[in-house]
Amino acid sequence: MAKTDKAEAVRALEPEHALTLLRQMLLIRRFEERAEEQYTRARIGGYCHLAIGEEAANVGSIDPMVEKDYVFTSYRDHGTALAVGSDPAAVMAELFGRATGVSGGYGGSMHLMDVERHFLGGWGIVGAHLPIAVGAALALDYRDESGAVLCQLGDGATNTGAFHEALNLAVVWKLPIVFQVINNQYGMGTSVEQASAEPEIYRRAAAYRMHGERVDGNDVEDVWFAADRLLRVARDERKPALLETLTYRHRGHSVADAGKVYRTPDEIEAWKQRDPIARYAAVLLDRGVLSEVDFEALRKEVSQQVSEAISEAASAPVPDPDGLYTHVYAPGWEDQFAHMKQAGPFGEREGTAQWRK
Amino acid sequence: MAEMTYREALRRALDEELARDPDVFLMGEEIGRFEGSYKVTAGLWAKYGGKRVRETPIAEEGFMGAGIGAAMLGLRPVVEIMTINFIVPAMDMVVNHAAKVRSMFGGKVGVPMVIRTPGGAGAQLTAQHSQSLEAWFAHVPGLKVVAPSNPWDAYCMLKTAIRDDDPVLFIENLVLYNLSGEVPEEGTDITVPFGLAAVAREGTDLTIIAHSYTVRRALNVADRFAQEGISVEVIDLRSLRPLDIDTCIASVKKTTRALVAEEGWSTYGIGAEVAARLHRACFDDLDAPVERVGGAEAPMPYAKNLENAALAQEDKIAAAARRLLADCGLLEEA
Repeated sequence: MAKTDKAEAVRALEPEHALTLLRQMLLIRRFEERAEEQYTRARIGGYCHLAIGEEAANVGSIDPMVEKDYVFTSYRDHGTALAVGSDPAAVMAELFGRATGVSGGYGGSMHLMDVERHFLGGWGIVGAHLPIAVGAALALDYRDESGAVLCQLGDGATNTGAFHEALNLAVVWKLPIVFQVINNQYGMGTSVEQASAEPEIYRRAAAYRMHGERVDGNDVEDVWFAADRLLRVARDERKPALLETLTYRHRGHSVADAGKVYRTPDEIEAWKQRDPIARYAAVLLDRGVLSEVDFEALRKEVSQQVSEAISEAASAPVPDPDGLYTHVYAPGWEDQFAHMKQAGPFGEREGTAQWRK
Repeated sequence: MAEMTYREALRRALDEELARDPDVFLMGEEIGRFEGSYKVTAGLWAKYGGKRVRETPIAEEGFMGAGIGAAMLGLRPVVEIMTINFIVPAMDMVVNHAAKVRSMFGGKVGVPMVIRTPGGAGAQLTAQHSQSLEAWFAHVPGLKVVAPSNPWDAYCMLKTAIRDDDPVLFIENLVLYNLSGEVPEEGTDITVPFGLAAVAREGTDLTIIAHSYTVRRALNVADRFAQEGISVEVIDLRSLRPLDIDTCIASVKKTTRALVAEEGWSTYGIGAEVAARLHRACFDDLDAPVERVGGAEAPMPYAKNLENAALAQEDKIAAAARRLLADCGLLEEA
């Protein structure tokens, strides 16, 4: 662990605040469990990447965000959406491909977005959202706004060229951005040790004279204090940073992957013993902030909330098929494309009825 | 009428847009103190400073992505890629990201960004610096691609591009930079809308359809045929996506013969698309199949004679036109 602030070790969040974080983690856990179940029932299509086990890394870094901050993440984005406060029913509706989804049914599991809450996307090409997040930080700097950008990424993304270009730009342009590597130890089925010449990922920041540090990503308060501090530095001093949060995904890469070929049962079990939710609940019980009864009530509450989200999503309308082309371009595009159109909006033929016209 | 070069017309459009809208900023390699590899941005760094005219490291994927992110927050970046050959490292940003953002997130956010870049060949720049790759981008829903052939359109369409709310690939051309021509008087603020081709020269016997520098070549070919009593109409596409096929169709219904020429490779090219649409729309009007001319389908060689052989230059276009006209009985075989 590099440069851990000793004072943070003895700090603790206020009881109400702590319970909020616990509730958010429980909500993500329950949401993901039910999403997995709905996927196996074929109510969710495409890819479905679950964040079970990574709740502390998600909640701990997003909670310290302030109003003017923005967050970007990868395709493992359900937890991010829930952590910024998106309506679980709208997130589930997106997974179900419904018009009421956060992306109107155009994005699906990998492409959630909540502009109002400054969540600028789940992105599907590994590492590629980093330069885009840098651009958002550039816009904040350009407009002299006080916010910062939190850019979440996986360990696998740190081997892409985009990662290195993004870190370099962030430093040479002095941008307010924190790169949070959610190191869950595997990029799909390839371990960090196998894929990365420097498996202690936080050290890679040094190549750009950027501050880098690693915290226990399964300890929500460790993550919280580090993210809070680094986001403040980014906002106030225009110094970017890399925060590595070490965690583990309990499930496979996606629901279609059992996650057992490249990992041993012992390893999976050892990490389950470090479950971020059980650990935090134990801490809060120990502090006297939480009782067993409260904990059970919280679990029931989020379970009910997710059940309602599923019901709502299942009964929501599908997107209007006439909207197939609606968002390809900004409003007004039909005029620009008027002389291209011979059949479909871009001249594509759906039939040959007018062939000899 | 004012007259200036294509390069100066671009610079004036950038200057005026920077002055008009504080959200507009330029970004690219060597566009500041160095004044641009092809001097399009000369003087702008000195006038507007490093914030509005941002110099970037050699990291096309990185700063293209930064342009997308800045645009998502409402800025209007104009990203210069030194030549279109260097856009390839940033393909992921253009195709997988800029083109997708608006639709993929349900219309919640857009990417009002312009990518300016010159294509073209002819100065012995060889295989990695002589390409015309615009067809790749014109293929992609979510992108707009324009390729003006003269200073007037360069000036007016760059303004349109910067004010457009979607990602626009603005294709310039190395040879065109020094071409002089008319531009609107200062203070007129004329823009040319996307999706409208122009009839660059009227004619009755053959339609040659082209874009960017190839329009100049087509006009010269038309001059040659005029001396033989053949009247060639030249259509300047100006805009590749959206494409104005209606103007092409109207012309071909009149001339009954068409040739599509481009600097890029014909296979799967702009001409392939135009020809396919013309064959569909003008099947009963055509006197002969639509002819296509493009650059030789080989990586551009260095030696001057080999390069000349590879370019889609006037002689090659004229020869193809002559063959087509001969097939139709308008000319003797060459």
